[in-house]
Amino acid sequence: MVSQEQKGMSAREKILARIKSNQPNVAAGEELALTPISFSDPIEKFKETLASIGGASLEIEHENQIPDKLLSILPGKKISRHVGPDDHAKADPHAYSDTDVAILRGEFGVAESGAIWITDKQMVDRALPFICSHLVLVIRKSQIIGTLHDAYEKIGHAGYELGTFIAGPSKTADIEQSLVLGAHGAKTMTCFIIR
Amino acid sequence: MKNMSRNDHATLANKFNHDEARVNWHDKTLWFVRQKRDKAAKQLPEWEQLRARASQIKAKVLSHLHEYLLEFEKNAVDNGVNVHWAETPEEHNAIVHKIICDHGVDKIVKSKSMLTEECHLNEYLERHGITVIDTDLGERIVQLAGEPPSHIVLPCIHWKKEEIGALFHQHLGTPEGNADPVLLTEAARQHLREKFLTSKVAITGVNFAVAETGEIVVCTNEGNADLGVQLADVHIACMGIEKIVPSRKDLGTFLRLLARSATGQPITTYSSHFRKPRAGQQMHIVLVDNGRSERLASDDFRNALKCIRCGACFNTCPVYRRSGGHSYHTAIAGPIGSILAPALDMKQYGDLPFASTLCGSCSNVCPVKIDIHDQLYKWRQLIVEQGYSSWQKTKGMQVLSNALTSPERYERQGKFLRWLLRKLPFLVKNKFNPWYKQRELPQVPDESFKEWYRKNRKG
Amino acid sequence: MKVGLFIPCYVDQFYPQVGIATLSLLEKLGLEVSYPLGQTCCGQPMANSGYEKLSRGCEDLFVKNFSGFDYIVSPSGSCVLHVKEHMHSQNENVSRIHNSIFELTEFLTDIIKIEKLNVSFPYKVGLHQSCHGQRGLRLSQMSELVANDFSKPEKLLSMVNGLQLISLDRADECCGFGGSFCVAEEAVSVKMGKDRITDHLQHEADFITGADMSCLMHLEGILRRQKNKARVIHIAEILNGRK
Repeated sequence: MVSQEQKGMSAREKILARIKSNQPNVAAGEELALTPISFSDPIEKFKETLASIGGASLEIEHENQIPDKLLSILPGKKISRHVGPDDHAKADPHAYSDTDVAILRGEFGVAESGAIWITDKQMVDRALPFICSHLVLVIRKSQIIGTLHDAYEKIGHAGYELGTFIAGPSKTADIEQSLVLGAHGAKTMTCFIIR
Repeated sequence: MKNMSRNDHATLANKFNHDEARVNWHDKTLWFVRQKRDKAAKQLPEWEQLRARASQIKAKVLSHLHEYLLEFEKNAVDNGVNVHWAETPEEHNAIVHKIICDHGVDKIVKSKSMLTEECHLNEYLERHGITVIDTDLGERIVQLAGEPPSHIVLPCIHWKKEEIGALFHQHLGTPEGNADPVLLTEAARQHLREKFLTSKVAITGVNFAVAETGEIVVCTNEGNADLGVQLADVHIACMGIEKIVPSRKDLGTFLRLLARSATGQPITTYSSHFRKPRAGQQMHIVLVDNGRSERLASDDFRNALKCIRCGACFNTCPVYRRSGGHSYHTAIAGPIGSILAPALDMKQYGDLPFASTLCGSCSNVCPVKIDIHDQLYKWRQLIVEQGYSSWQKTKGMQVLSNALTSPERYERQGKFLRWLLRKLPFLVKNKFNPWYKQRELPQVPDESFKEWYRKNRKG
Repeated sequence: MKVGLFIPCYVDQFYPQVGIATLSLLEKLGLEVSYPLGQTCCGQPMANSGYEKLSRGCEDLFVKNFSGFDYIVSPSGSCVLHVKEHMHSQNENVSRIHNSIFELTEFLTDIIKIEKLNVSFPYKVGLHQSCHGQRGLRLSQMSELVANDFSKPEKLLSMVNGLQLISLDRADECCGFGGSFCVAEEAVSVKMGKDRITDHLQHEADFITGADMSCLMHLEGILRRQKNKARVIHIAEILNGRK
């Protein structure tokens, strides 16, 4: 209901005033118990989950093995135009539209969801993880944690501008629930786990 | 009254049921999604704890929404984001339109946002000469077909692949008669890639807005929200004021629940946390009320604001699966839509709380434990109380109540009814009796239990 | 132990054999059962249609008839749930009723704690979980929850000699009866009922049983229209031993 004094108020003031008078006064109470699942082997779980959502993972010793391994992982795929994790950003994100492969470093992996956390600092360009045809994310084996609760513990108060969990390739099941990989984003997603 | 109009749920559902094979297909497709949800939930022994925790966090948000919104606004502004407030859909649409005009463009891309569906943003912008391209594949399909989505997570779940093939043949030039989902998805990818590359403004929805950091989280599987935003000069994110969560760590709880409840995935492919715009880019967040602040006052209906739009209640609802999303004649269909819509317009949506058997499955799958079926019951009471029920129904209920509140009348009329059914069956065995249309009536016994009891137990 | 027998109106009028089976079953257990003759209906037909206000008379009548019993037992989960959840007067009699009313199967498993039954029913039987009994009164675990399985009606049926309980593809989907829903939303209601029946028949049920005659009445109506030889039977009739 709009009272007399609300006339002349901005939408913001009116909304906030209504909320203030309408929001319930409910005691918070104790935070309810929550015991998250734990995995005996988070690395195996991570690989298993990632595979179940269409991604792939491969353990390697060193980053410099990636180019060779890529040829075997993406046989017959065009991978001539690629961007590496230490490349300089181009001025315009549109310039990445024909990128075949982007190789980027992720911060950590989450076993329960097969997701890798990556922020703008590792993206080279913010468009890159989404616009490339094939996405390669590199994490260290020691950076694989159990659940998303652990993930946000780890993220803490980090001051990223953009942070994303990426879990497998872009996908859709909008046509009769048939899963198709490569909707708009990457058609494949491979995670290299450095031992 | 309006309840009996020809576009109410019962009428539209009846129409949907004319093609039984299609109903079977629709039901099975959605049941499959429900089963995927069950499987995902059962992998987490703490599932019920998670739901309880999520519900508790949302209760906290609703109790302190004023403070959290101010905190969110402050942090977002500090992050370099423009924050707008809209009381009504019209205000929301005008704000979005103005931002678009300020950048001198007449074409935008938009990822999925139920809020913009609620506000009918597309129609508004189209009326003002702006071309809106929905970039979620399912939404693009229904947009090309000139329809609203029939499901909040699976917008074209009512479309068969052959029909999509024909639609794409017409609009995107795919080969005639080809209904291969891989081919059709690739065609949409190429068609929309061009739109992403040429749009200067991208609109997204918001799954969660974090008060503590001023960031918003947008979840998609296709990556369409991200592509749109990262290739645009302006990002406009539209959200209802109830999307707030207090802190970043709460996202752990919600992201664990959202995709598992929606599609049975452990998480969506992309869960993007937009905190600051890219250098040179603008970011706008439009906070929309549209009745939410009023609903906050209601002990009975407040909890509907906890909804995270996962769609699990749609997939489990035996009525939704057999009546289709459009039978709900509102942007958000299904059980949750049936308790949201009457709050906006009791006259127009007064039929929806009756489009349920009150089986309670919706409340059980809800990741934030909204008491959906109890609210459906309460809406029924309110709708009748406020006079949005037909006089015929009211009269019938009065007659029934009259018979049932006196043991003598009850017995006399019960006996008469049974006599009638035996002697003059044509009075009820006719096409005007909806029970009899596809069901036989119970066989009428000679005596009631009460009569038997008098004879056999009490002299 | 004084037990008051509450027989829902439509059972009284159309399915007296269910009332008789319930009474006889309770009597055989040595209970002192009486059926208050002034009872009519719990008021649910009005309340679920949005006319809770018109159910107040039924509520008063119910309280009048059923105050003073140690337990109130009824062969209907739905009506019991209504009495428990939607009876609104606040007084001592009402709260006593809330605490002393039980649906038949939960009364047998939780209060009487029966361990065996001396009856047989040599058929393949499908159990229809009526929603109000299952999700409302928690007579069985619900498929949506991540929690341990249990089923009070199944436990009782497992005590019946020769009875073969079939499994279903959808263990606890609603049949579509839903009170006035069955006529107001006739098309969906019947479709839901047909789909439940198909599930039972695909698993070769001879009988569909359950703890709520209303759902069974709806399924029976469809079965008979289909001229199907499968039949419905209330769980009380099986547990009492069918003549």
